[in-house]
Amino acid sequence: MVMPLYIEKKPEVLITEEGIRTDGRKPRELRPIRMTVGVLDKADGSAFIEWGGNRILAAVFGPREVHPKHMILPDKALVRARYNMAPFSTPERKRPGPDRRSVELSKVIREALKPAIFAENYPGSVIDIFVEVLRSDAGTRVAGVNAASMALANAGISMRGLVAACAVGRVENFVICDLNHDEDMWGNADMPMAMLMESEEVTLLQIDGPMTESQFKEALELGRDSIRFLYEMQKEALKRPYQVIERSVKGDL
Amino acid sequence: MFGPELITHNLLRDYIRELASQDQRIDGRSLHEFRPIEIKEGTFTKAEGEAWLKLGNTQVLVGVKADVGEPFSDTPNKGVLVSNAELLPLASPAFEPGPPNENSIEVARVVDRAIRSADAIDMSSLVITEGKLVYMIFLDMYVLDYDGNLEDALTMASLIALARAEISEVEVNDEGEMIIKESKWKLRLKDIPVNFTFVKIEDKLLLDPVLEEEQVSDAAITLAIDKEGRVCSIQKKHGMFTMEEIIKAANIARSKWPQITDKIMRVI
Repeated sequence: MVMPLYIEKKPEVLITEEGIRTDGRKPRELRPIRMTVGVLDKADGSAFIEWGGNRILAAVFGPREVHPKHMILPDKALVRARYNMAPFSTPERKRPGPDRRSVELSKVIREALKPAIFAENYPGSVIDIFVEVLRSDAGTRVAGVNAASMALANAGISMRGLVAACAVGRVENFVICDLNHDEDMWGNADMPMAMLMESEEVTLLQIDGPMTESQFKEALELGRDSIRFLYEMQKEALKRPYQVIERSVKGDL
Repeated sequence: MFGPELITHNLLRDYIRELASQDQRIDGRSLHEFRPIEIKEGTFTKAEGEAWLKLGNTQVLVGVKADVGEPFSDTPNKGVLVSNAELLPLASPAFEPGPPNENSIEVARVVDRAIRSADAIDMSSLVITEGKLVYMIFLDMYVLDYDGNLEDALTMASLIALARAEISEVEVNDEGEMIIKESKWKLRLKDIPVNFTFVKIEDKLLLDPVLEEEQVSDAAITLAIDKEGRVCSIQKKHGMFTMEEIIKAANIARSKWPQITDKIMRVI
């Protein structure tokens, strides 16, 4: 029998009457985020995202040859995604290998990104997307979508646009964005969301917990606003390596 | 040596062999020189101890997690160490998702063996109640970017992660209940057994091979050296070595031990 050296503690107050959250944020405030692209040498494209306490690495391989061969699509690229959590990514060690949750998340991440990819440009090939959660702190799937979308762009895959993602939700009567660990555990509703910002179309949407009609509408709008902010961050992160090159060419470095 | 996708072009193979015969290498290093070693600063896991290490373009992340549980019945006065390596599909086009294969199992065991054979961890210090309750140390090795020589990179990162680990103290009260305390204890290392991997190309021994050198090599061997300068574990992989070559490899490894240990000591 193995017992973890970890005890979960529920905070007494999830959100104050003034709308101050357990980590001191306001309802519409995001946690600190940093995005970096091109962090891996062997992958065709890669990105690293630090979002609150999350540390997530995404890599893209392809377009490349399809194995096994029977999965080949003659008219477009096959798109595969794998979401995986490291054994040391959680307070209690996670057994390596896929579980039901990671299989579902792999599917919704793939379906969040696929509409953005011009798969018809790469018939008979495969584009593999890998999302590795090194450290988890609520909102790993949306952080993973942001990183994977940047890794696709970093790999030079032709896309309709970037997919950005953020979770929104409800704690008591407050609609909040970017749920933290406490809100994820004990909040009333959780709604991860991703959008192809070019056309403002939703590519990922899940809800876990009840919201009234007006709360739901407010959540959707807060999600879109948050995602728009993340989308701008993604573009900045993708441009950064080229700005470094530009500065070095101009002799500023 | 992983997978058919990584068949090195004949031209590159001939080039690496030609260079080796002249005591040179594709990245400009001398034959017995390590690539730059960098330990990334920051927190990247939820582990009790961790290390993100770069050895040239090879990147590994090792996390040490601790749980408590029952000891094995044949070692009631010893804690438990479980080592596991994952060759993540994002680390190389040749790695595929799935359960550990022979390569990931071998590399995990090579690292584990160096640590155990040198007695680097005092396993009896992991006992809480003899025969009943012990700390279980999980050494999870994650390969993020594969450009050769996982053995040495993972061993260095594992030693750092173990030495950095701070584990919650546990007490058993009179009723036999387990109490997790706020205070932490540090897992101290009694030894620093470093692994040194060599490949043989054109009868030359090359330390710390890059991926392409591994692929074109005639043979490969990994040796661990402890603080007394003793060889405490060896894994010969593909190919053949003469006895003289093995002794030479051990001597080179011994001479490199202080340099690597110094790097490790500086970050733990």
